[in-house]
Amino acid sequence: MTGAGSLTGLVGFAHVLRRAGVGCGPERVQAFLRAAGFVDLSSRSAVYWAGRVTLCGEPDDLARYDAAFAAWFGGVEPRVPRRAGVRASSVAALGDGQLREGRSRRLAVAASDAEVLRRKDIASLSPGERAHLRELLAQLRPVPPVRRGLRRRPARRGGVDPRRTFKAMLASGEPTRPRYRQRTARARKVVLLVDVSGSMKPYADALLRFAHVVARRMPVEVFTLGTRSTRVTRQLRHRDPEQALAAAARAVPDFEGGTRLGETVRAFLDRWGQRGAARRAVVVVFSDGWERGDPALLGEQVARLKRLAHKVIWVNPHAGKDGYAPVQSGIVAALPHLDRLLAGHSLDTLRRLLEEVGRA
Amino acid sequence: MTPEDLAAELDRVGYLPDAGIATAAFLAWRMHRPLFCEGEPGTGKTSLALALAQALGLPLIRLQCHEGIDATQALYDWDFPRQLLHLRALEAAGPVDADQAEASLYTRRFLLARPLLRALEEAPCVLLVDEVDRADDEFEAFLLEVLGENAVTIPELGVVRAQTPPLVVLTSNRTREVHDALKRRCLYHWLEHPDLAREVAILRRRLPGIGERLAHQVASAVRRLRELDLLKPPGVAESLDWAEALLTLGRTELDAESAAATLGAVLKYREDARRALSAGVPATPPGSTIAG
Repeated sequence: MTGAGSLTGLVGFAHVLRRAGVGCGPERVQAFLRAAGFVDLSSRSAVYWAGRVTLCGEPDDLARYDAAFAAWFGGVEPRVPRRAGVRASSVAALGDGQLREGRSRRLAVAASDAEVLRRKDIASLSPGERAHLRELLAQLRPVPPVRRGLRRRPARRGGVDPRRTFKAMLASGEPTRPRYRQRTARARKVVLLVDVSGSMKPYADALLRFAHVVARRMPVEVFTLGTRSTRVTRQLRHRDPEQALAAAARAVPDFEGGTRLGETVRAFLDRWGQRGAARRAVVVVFSDGWERGDPALLGEQVARLKRLAHKVIWVNPHAGKDGYAPVQSGIVAALPHLDRLLAGHSLDTLRRLLEEVGRA
Repeated sequence: MTPEDLAAELDRVGYLPDAGIATAAFLAWRMHRPLFCEGEPGTGKTSLALALAQALGLPLIRLQCHEGIDATQALYDWDFPRQLLHLRALEAAGPVDADQAEASLYTRRFLLARPLLRALEEAPCVLLVDEVDRADDEFEAFLLEVLGENAVTIPELGVVRAQTPPLVVLTSNRTREVHDALKRRCLYHWLEHPDLAREVAILRRRLPGIGERLAHQVASAVRRLRELDLLKPPGVAESLDWAEALLTLGRTELDAESAAATLGAVLKYREDARRALSAGVPATPPGSTIAG
């Protein structure tokens, strides 16, 4: 059994682990302590494995676990990342100006202004208009695209439902009118890939807010693309948009960096897409198509994406502007494999995108 | 019993676990907690459950998950056609009492036990819930209930409770994130590809006809393939297939020619095969030492 001294040590380790960002709640810690009772505590490897199977819950936890284990049981100085407070300042990293409450209120009343705002390029908004845009974004009501489900449910017409028909015959003992069933409709998965590199800076904040609104309404996975691909679905699940955006900003290490679209799309497909996230999904890529890497690689990866996904929609903030031609190396490579190339520089165009996704 | 003893038992039935797998399986067994296995395809998640059943001498019950799976496929169902026939037979035999006839319909013999119910009835046993990520999320909630209580309530019959909880192994390929509530109830183990020595040992154990030299060549070629950034890196299952293909052709050596003839057993994408050939993988890298 575990003595009082080792018990404190084990609980302390779990505490350090939690500080390092592994989501081990009390239930997991209890399991760890129970597991410790079954293994040889003097063996470093046994303690390591007992902790790893009870305290970790996903592959992302494993590296943190290894570091914390080495620190706690090996005497290396633990490196705990500082936790940033949820402040407006951390959201400002997403290309946001100062927000003035009074002004946004006044703007919210002016309906005619809203009309103008809908068509205005997000990049050219004043801070007050930006605040108003957030309110308008929050009012969007996305409808998920549907696909035919595998399950059937009772219906007035359709195929004969032998189960319910038999059941009815069982109840009456006589042959009865046949019962029918039909396949259900289910929400199709939606995947949003948001380019957060330097050239997309004016749009990144609005697009992530848009992603947050969509994520609250339908099954969706959100990833950011920059110099690497980062999954922010979990962060955006937060109900409050400010907290969700702040959490996303903390999670993404490469805001306003360069773009290697081909490599990041490949990283997304390797890690998530091919396994199932992109399979039969509607995939929306928000990017201006500036590719610093090899455009041929991007073309290859978008082709791969197209083979997995139900629909691939590329949203380019510049596509709606006068004189736009898809000449950027990245977009040229991707274009043959896209189902749609849409504009995405204003609220109106984002709304049109939602209609397109809902119909997909 | 210790994790090492369990590892020896698994070894005896042909599954060669590393320390992590052995400890995880040992703890799942002793703590009566489901073991949630994740990892790349072909790292031996499903075969772990098969081997555990053999090693512990318990029956294996398998529930293969798929989209749209529901309680009638996973837990139990009433056999309606048989019930109907039974009712007709009663009628034909003479006048029947309605209440009695109804009561006779909802008895154990008209109940079709599906894998989860069978596992509870036949426990101790090993229950494999394969590819749980393919099921819908509603199914997870239902699974959680059964695994948490080790019992199910059938309204017409009563409660079925397992005397000893079954040893449950859940596998997932991570096509979808499984809900935290389910994971919290489980022990979590992430399976990696085995290291070179272990993979050679696995090949030699599973394919008795293979020589040390060929096993080593296949294992190291597969290791190099995994580093190549392929669409689908080969797992242990693929290296076994590959070695078996070579054996079937009567090859004792993995050279460029025999590799080209059998590459389809290990790489399933045209792009991957092309990349592998241009990297010259099947050829044994110069300077590699061959033991034995």
